[in-house]
Amino acid sequence: MNVIETHALTRQFGDFIAVNGVSLTLHEGEIFGLLGPNGAGKTTMIKMLTTLLPPSGGRALVAGYDVEREAAKVRRSTGYVPQLLSADGNMTGYENLLIFAKIFDLPPNIREERIRALLEMMGLQDSADKMVKTYSGGMIRKLEIAQSVIHRPKVLFLDEPTVGLDPIARTSVWEHIQRLRNEFNTTILLTTHYMEEADDLCNRIAIMHRGQIAASGTPQELKASVNGGASLDDVFAYYAGTALETGGSYIQTSRTRINARRVG
Amino acid sequence: MHAELDNSRAPAAWLQPLQAIAFFVRKTLNIAEMEMRKLRHEPMDLLTRAAQPVLWILIFGQVLARTRAIPTGDVGYLEFMSPGILAQSMLFISIFYGISIIWERDLGIIHKFLAGPAPRASLVLGKGLSAGVRGISQIFIIYPLAYVLGVKLDFHILSLLGTVFTVLLGAVLFSTFSLFVAIKVKTRERFMGIGQFMTMPLFFASNAIYPIEIMPGWLQAISRFNPLTYVVDALRTLMLEGGQSHFGLGVDFAVLILVSALLVWAAGRAYPGFVN
Repeated sequence: MNVIETHALTRQFGDFIAVNGVSLTLHEGEIFGLLGPNGAGKTTMIKMLTTLLPPSGGRALVAGYDVEREAAKVRRSTGYVPQLLSADGNMTGYENLLIFAKIFDLPPNIREERIRALLEMMGLQDSADKMVKTYSGGMIRKLEIAQSVIHRPKVLFLDEPTVGLDPIARTSVWEHIQRLRNEFNTTILLTTHYMEEADDLCNRIAIMHRGQIAASGTPQELKASVNGGASLDDVFAYYAGTALETGGSYIQTSRTRINARRVG
Repeated sequence: MHAELDNSRAPAAWLQPLQAIAFFVRKTLNIAEMEMRKLRHEPMDLLTRAAQPVLWILIFGQVLARTRAIPTGDVGYLEFMSPGILAQSMLFISIFYGISIIWERDLGIIHKFLAGPAPRASLVLGKGLSAGVRGISQIFIIYPLAYVLGVKLDFHILSLLGTVFTVLLGAVLFSTFSLFVAIKVKTRERFMGIGQFMTMPLFFASNAIYPIEIMPGWLQAISRFNPLTYVVDALRTLMLEGGQSHFGLGVDFAVLILVSALLVWAAGRAYPGFVN
C-alpha cells in the first residue's frame, strides 16, 4: 500500500521554483530519506505534505487523503517533527506530551497509559517532571518525536532529526526511529544532510537537487549506479553536483547554527 | 425527535455543526490549559505586572485627585480613574502578548501546532483566553488598592462577575489584535516598535483617565472607534457603586464581542502564513 503519493508536486515562491514536479511513492512501514543540499526543496516538500504550505501545482496524497482538499484528515493521521525546536521549554516533558495527547483528543484512560509507555520507550521516564529547558539536545529530540507519535500516526515526518546532535545522541535517536517503525509499522519520511544517517537508517532514499529528484533507490542501488563501490558521499556529489559543503543563505546558516546551539 | 424510518443519517446532519463547535471549544481550552501550565511555572510574570497600575494610581491618581484639574462630575478622580487603570493594565499585558508567538515561531513550536488537528482560530482564541487570565489577575491588585484609598467599589456578585468578564473580553480582543500584528510583522524588532506605537494612542484616545467630553472633537470621534473606550465604560459601570454607563452595557459588550470575533477569525486565517 502506498502511504504517500505525490504527482508532479510543485511549489513556486514568486519566480523561484522550490519544488519542481516531484513524483514520489512511499510504501507502508518504510523509512524514506530525502537528501539534498540546503535549498534543494526538502523542507518545502515536507511543508506541503504536512499541509503547512499549499502546493502551486500537482497533487499529493498522504495516508490516502489529499493534502489540499482533506487537510484536516491528513493532520490527524500524520506526525511532524520540524527542523526547529518544537518542544516547549517552559513546561515539563510530561506536560508537553499531555497537551499533545489532548490536542489529538485521546481519551483520558488511554492518555496516561500512552504517555507513560512513550516516556519509557524514549528513556525519559526519570526526567518526565523536569522542565524541558533543562533537557539535553538528544532528550529534547526524543521528546519531540514522542509528542509527534502520541496519536499513533500512519506517517511521521522528521525534518533533519539529528541536526546539531552529538554522535551518541544521534545514534540513540536513530534507534528510536527504527523502533517506531518496527513496533507500529509507522511510515517515516525524513530529510537529512548526513550520509551515514541515510545509509544506516533508510530503506530508500531520494536525492533532491534544485527542486527535482536527481536520483532515487535503495542506498545499495544508488551506490552501484555510480562506478560500483562508491560511497553515498560520492553518490551525493555526483547527483547534486556538489559535495556536502553547500550554499544555503545567510539566514539559513544562522538558523541552523542557532538551532544547533539550542539543542546541542 | 421523530422516529423516522430513514433516520440513519439525519442525526449526523444536525449534529455535525454542534460537534464542530464542541471540537473547537475543546481545542481552545487545550491551548489555554497549556498557557496556564506555563504561567504556573513562571508566577513571577504576574507579580512584575502589578507594579505599573499601582504606580499610576498612587502617583498620577493622587496628584490629579488633589488638583481637581479634570472634571469628572459627581465622582472623585480616584474613583473615575480606577476602572481606567484596570483597563490600562489589561491593555498593556495584552498588547505585547504577540511577542510570545514570534518567539515560539522562531523556535519552531508553532509549526508543530499548525500541522496538528486543532483549528487555527482555536490556537488564537486559546492564547487570547490565557491573556485574559493574566488580565484578571490585575483585578486582585487594583481592587484592594482602590478600596484602601477610599474608592466606593460595588461588591455585588454580579458586578464582580461582570468586571471579570469585561477584563477577559478586553484581553481576548487586544491580545488577538497583538497576535494578528505579530503574524503580519513577523520579527521581534519590528513588533516592539509597533507595540510602543500602538499602546499610546489606544490609551490616550480613550476615556481611561479623562472623560471623553473634554477631548477636542476629532479625538472624541476617534475614541468611539477605540475598543478600549467600551472596556472602560463597562468597567466604570460595573466597578463603581452607582456607576453610570455612557453607551449602555449592552452596546459595550456587543462591540467587544463583535470585534474580538472578527480578530480571532482574521488572525486564524493569517496564522498559516506565519511559518512560511
